[in-house]
Amino acid sequence: MSEKAFKSIKDLPKEEYFSHGHRACSGCGPALAARLITKAAGKKSVFTSVTGCLEVVSSPYPQTAWRLPWIHVAFENAASVASGIEAAYKALMRKGKMKKEQIDVVAIAGDGGTADIGLQALSGALERGHDFLYVCLDNEAYMNTGIQRSGSTPYGASTTTSPKGKVSIGNVTWKKDIPAIAAAHHIPYVATASVAYPIDLMNKVRKGLDVNGPAYLQCLTPCPPGWRFSSENTIHLARMAVLTGVWPLYEIVNGELTLTKKVSKRKPVKDYLKLQGRFRHLKDKDIDYIQKRVDEIAEKLGMGPVG
Amino acid sequence: MAKRRAIEISAAVAEAAKLADVDVIAAYPITPQTHIVETLASFVADGEMDAEYMNVESEHSALSACVGASAAGARVLTSTNSQGLALMHEIMYIASACRLPIVMPVVNRAMSAPISIWCDHQDSLGERDTGWIQIYVENGQEAFDTTLQAFKIAENHKVLTPVMVCLDGFILSHLIEPIMILDKKEVGKFLSPVYKPKYTLHPDNPISIGLLGMPDYYFELRRQQVEALENAKEVILNVDKEYEKLFGRGYGLFSTHKIDDADVVFLTIGSMTGTARVAIDRLREQGKKVGVLKLRVFRPHPYKEIYEAVKHAKVFAVVDRNLEPGAYGGVVFGEVRSAFYDYDEKPKIINFIIGLGGRDITVKNFEEMADKALRVAETGKIERDVEYIALRE
Repeated sequence: MSEKAFKSIKDLPKEEYFSHGHRACSGCGPALAARLITKAAGKKSVFTSVTGCLEVVSSPYPQTAWRLPWIHVAFENAASVASGIEAAYKALMRKGKMKKEQIDVVAIAGDGGTADIGLQALSGALERGHDFLYVCLDNEAYMNTGIQRSGSTPYGASTTTSPKGKVSIGNVTWKKDIPAIAAAHHIPYVATASVAYPIDLMNKVRKGLDVNGPAYLQCLTPCPPGWRFSSENTIHLARMAVLTGVWPLYEIVNGELTLTKKVSKRKPVKDYLKLQGRFRHLKDKDIDYIQKRVDEIAEKLGMGPVG
Repeated sequence: MAKRRAIEISAAVAEAAKLADVDVIAAYPITPQTHIVETLASFVADGEMDAEYMNVESEHSALSACVGASAAGARVLTSTNSQGLALMHEIMYIASACRLPIVMPVVNRAMSAPISIWCDHQDSLGERDTGWIQIYVENGQEAFDTTLQAFKIAENHKVLTPVMVCLDGFILSHLIEPIMILDKKEVGKFLSPVYKPKYTLHPDNPISIGLLGMPDYYFELRRQQVEALENAKEVILNVDKEYEKLFGRGYGLFSTHKIDDADVVFLTIGSMTGTARVAIDRLREQGKKVGVLKLRVFRPHPYKEIYEAVKHAKVFAVVDRNLEPGAYGGVVFGEVRSAFYDYDEKPKIINFIIGLGGRDITVKNFEEMADKALRVAETGKIERDVEYIALRE
């Protein structure tokens, strides 16, 4: 495994594989992630992505932002498509029908395509042990279609299908823990990442690709229109999610979890929530309730107290 | 050298896939189960076949994996039926629009509810608009031969369209028949030159597949599939002729039995055709002028060729083993009737719907249908244009 393939912003590859000119919103977290992930994967890689924001903004025929081979098939099947590509290369190289070389296969899906409709396909592909990296770009709702809640939407967020109302605080379920579900498949590599930590993200992409077998990476990618914040705050929010313990950064290598961003003094979740329109309706007691839950998880992971 | 073997037809289809040197098989074994994928799994397990065998978790993933593998340049196969095919429905359109030459034997079975595992054609006919080529076979030999032909048709660069090889559930899939199984050398000769995909996902030549089609482009891109299916007709015939030249068996777009002087011509699909022939031979002994046209290639629909073949008849009786609730008769009837509409000289077209959910279609049923059709031929009057046969009403 390549430990720290990338050391600083200064030594990143110059090549851009996710081209400028795509149609993402300004401040788009997923578009930034796509740029960093393709850079980390490099020239000898193949990508598949699901239906969603990233696919729509990057591929209006006859244009494409993908300078690497790329295929989009449907919403719920990135893992199946990627596993088919991997199996094809394996068979063709073994049978001498194709030059033998390492070609990395990356599947990219949103949180809806991962936590909800694509969960079965993801589980199947992880269980079968294909050598590929699955990246969930988590913007915590179905943003492409107008901010509908997904299984990855956090508690208290107002979305168009879990709106705040006279008798509702918005989404009443906790965010589904997909990295834990992925880890339960006993795959060699599981990690979380955030676009606020690009070197960490890219190294995790590289690690995920360099292990032998399936790897799962979930990257928090703030969405200005979906979370309702000003687009210059994308990185700030992506960092605050980590510093509050709302989105801890860790990796699970062969079953062992290690925090990759140690936070000795966590910031209160209120500082993270108050910057986002989707949480603006929450009352102090709701925020306390969320804080309690975040504390429990952060403590278990070995993060420091709020202070 | 080819060898005649007593073999289950499902196993013969698997033999064809093995001989075609398929690289990737993605299959879900149930909904409902067939022996095709089980036989292929044992070939791979015994090292008789060098393929990646993907035990996927659903038919939706089976076809999705085939799309990925085919786009990466592999020769791929999956197989399914009824509920499983319905679960693939979304990806059926995508596989054909991405122009991926996937081959899929479909064991024809009824759609739930009520749940049934027995034969009819509702499953594959329900996929008729998905842009796949559909070929229906009558017996084991034709199933084996057509599976091999399917690769050559699908992979032709003028076609680049996936192919369904449809065989009747149980009646064919579980039947043991003597079948001529070709050897590797013979198949290699037929399938040469070696399959070269037109476009593949490879870092040396990065391409994008499956882009967003805005209103400015969508229509034109989809229209190309119509052209591919039009091209397919000639390619299917050429491949069939080539096969016949090498191995002595050819099937055409359709085949006929005693139709030249027939007053009544049946249109049949699949295994019921053999039953129809027996009935026709008996009726002929009684001086009744009856014949049958077996439709083999349903997509692309050879309606002009069918018209030329049966235009002289008085009655064209379309036997549909499917149900299209709320429509004017069965699926095939509707299409044939529409295709014949503008011709001045044409037979009267009537529809029999029969054999749903695995109900047997017997010689007696064909004799009954022949009587009804002959009455229309004699009187020139259609009393019932759509009639259900062997059904308690």
